Amino acid sequence: MINIRDKGAEIWETWNRPKRVAFVLISIFFAGLLPFAADWGPTSFLNTPITSFQNVLVYPVGMFILMALGLNIVVGKSGLLDLGYVAFFAIGAYSQAILSTKFGWSTWEVLPVGIVIAMFSGMLLGLPALRLRGDYLAIITLGFGEIVRIIALNSKGTGGPNGVAGIPNPPAVFGFKFDLMHPEHYFWLVLGMILLVVWMIRRFTVRRPGRAWEAIRQDEDVAALMGVNTLVYKLWSFVIGAAVGGAAGVLYASKVMVISPDMFKFDVSVLILACVVFGGIGNIWGVILGAGILAYLPDRIRFISDARQVIFGLVLIIMMNLRPDGLLPRKKREKITEKSKK
Amino acid sequence: MRLEIKDLRVHYGKIEAIKGISVVVNQGEIVTLIGANGAGKTTTLKTISGLRKVSSGAILFDGQDISKVPAHERVDLGISQAPEGRGIFPGMTVLENLEMGKFNRKDRKSEMKEDLDRIYTLFPRLKERTAQAGGTLSGGEQQMLAIGRALMARPKVLLLDEPSMGLAPMMIANIFKIITTINTELGTTILLVEQNAQQALQRAHRAYVLETGKVVKEAKASDLLNDPDVRAAYLGTGAAAH
Ligand SMILES: Nc1ncnc2c1ncn2[C@@H]1O[C@H](COP(=O)(O)OP(=O)(O)O)[C@@H](O)[C@H]1O
Ligand SMILES: [Mg+2]
Repeated sequence: MINIRDKGAEIWETWNRPKRVAFVLISIFFAGLLPFAADWGPTSFLNTPITSFQNVLVYPVGMFILMALGLNIVVGKSGLLDLGYVAFFAIGAYSQAILSTKFGWSTWEVLPVGIVIAMFSGMLLGLPALRLRGDYLAIITLGFGEIVRIIALNSKGTGGPNGVAGIPNPPAVFGFKFDLMHPEHYFWLVLGMILLVVWMIRRFTVRRPGRAWEAIRQDEDVAALMGVNTLVYKLWSFVIGAAVGGAAGVLYASKVMVISPDMFKFDVSVLILACVVFGGIGNIWGVILGAGILAYLPDRIRFISDARQVIFGLVLIIMMNLRPDGLLPRKKREKITEKSKK
Repeated sequence: MRLEIKDLRVHYGKIEAIKGISVVVNQGEIVTLIGANGAGKTTTLKTISGLRKVSSGAILFDGQDISKVPAHERVDLGISQAPEGRGIFPGMTVLENLEMGKFNRKDRKSEMKEDLDRIYTLFPRLKERTAQAGGTLSGGEQQMLAIGRALMARPKVLLLDEPSMGLAPMMIANIFKIITTINTELGTTILLVEQNAQQALQRAHRAYVLETGKVVKEAKASDLLNDPDVRAAYLGTGAAAH
């Protein structure tokens, strides 16, 4: 099967700087027009039956893309299986909920703080967990995700099972209003975050951390023999992934205005992981595409109510059989086959 | 440079794989550690490079006990390893693999080029394949890459774990020749682990024979080549001599 990602990379390589900049700007412009896609005749089939298309674009589509990009740093770049990623999303969301309702902070003030809290929890989890490998790491992270939810469920400060209501939207900036009447503004905000994260990941990937993550993913012992401080670099990927999850959580809470512990169950972690694997683990464009589709699809087929979960599962199974490396797989040579490992 | 292993013991869980061995490697030597499969050769090298923990005993590097130093810092001290089974990064190009070998050295660009030139002179084959993915190289080329990558860090002592494993006879001869070249021309001290005792003993100055985690013999390599026990057990020619 042709690899669209490799083809795309090939074409990109032949372009000079102005051409690349123009392409990026035009792509961003069209991404910015997405909220109006369903208003246009030929693409009106995109409309979602229950929740409006523009709101679906913000949540789940935009949020899932953001989280999948964050999880991809951990799972795709450094090859660590994290099954409790929802924890950081929850921590971000509760930071926004509590700091805004109890202390009157605006989303813009909470955002950096929420990110730092998420990073700190990532460090707290990572320091003991990252000494373990493979299955053990997966189980510990899974446990961490559940612990965060159970704490939220059982403490007074977090509102227990009812959660927190009355979370304010972010205040307007430069005429952009982030409220129910302006989902497109909200989408642009999320889009901006996504672009920022993509830019950050691309920066990292070409520098030392990217090299170290790649080496750790391919062979952790050998990476250590090369002088890579594996614990520190694994921790960094964990903490950066946590930061993105936390940021997504802050925005999410400020959008939905009511949060409760049952929004942060294990299935969210699995769904985000599915987005990463479905789109193409390790490749940010694949991850964006995968998360976009998997987030959007359930809302599009909501009219068939109960059967939609089954259809969703079927699509996943069929696609993973047809394209086991995802829609847009990572660079071919970055794949490790058992054969070449020997 | 002097590497000294003193009464080293290493465990996998409850099983003792290394049962109190002592090995010395002096500046400029090629020392070989021969032994059958499962004797503990790989475990010994992994312990020297820090991938396995010491249960008791010491690893002295220039007189300092380094057994508590983490693996990634031992490279900076001057200990580099080409691991068993080559352990190259299959998804990185030859050049990227070599650059990984210098991960911690903040040398200037010119020094990186110098090091690369040194490796490419030693292994012209790698130069031809510089942009090729490591995983697509032949076994012999992968071994060259593993050795070249270890040399990028300018080690004081180079640890080689069965460099001849799984290679064709022509390539084996080639690799052993290069091992001597590295020792004589770059002046790198080498600790060579091998099952191919014939070749290893011909190239080394001194040798240790390892059996189930214990050193059972220690002598000049040339003496071991003529030792009847060693010939019988490792060179497959001993039976006729008895
Ligand atoms: N990861 C491991 N877990 C448990 N036992 C191991 C492991 N690796 C090696 N061993 C055991 O330690 C002993 C020495 O193995 P090793 O050092 O690999 O020998 P060699 O390299 O000489 O073939 C063997 O008995 C082997 O079974
Ligand atoms: Mg071995």
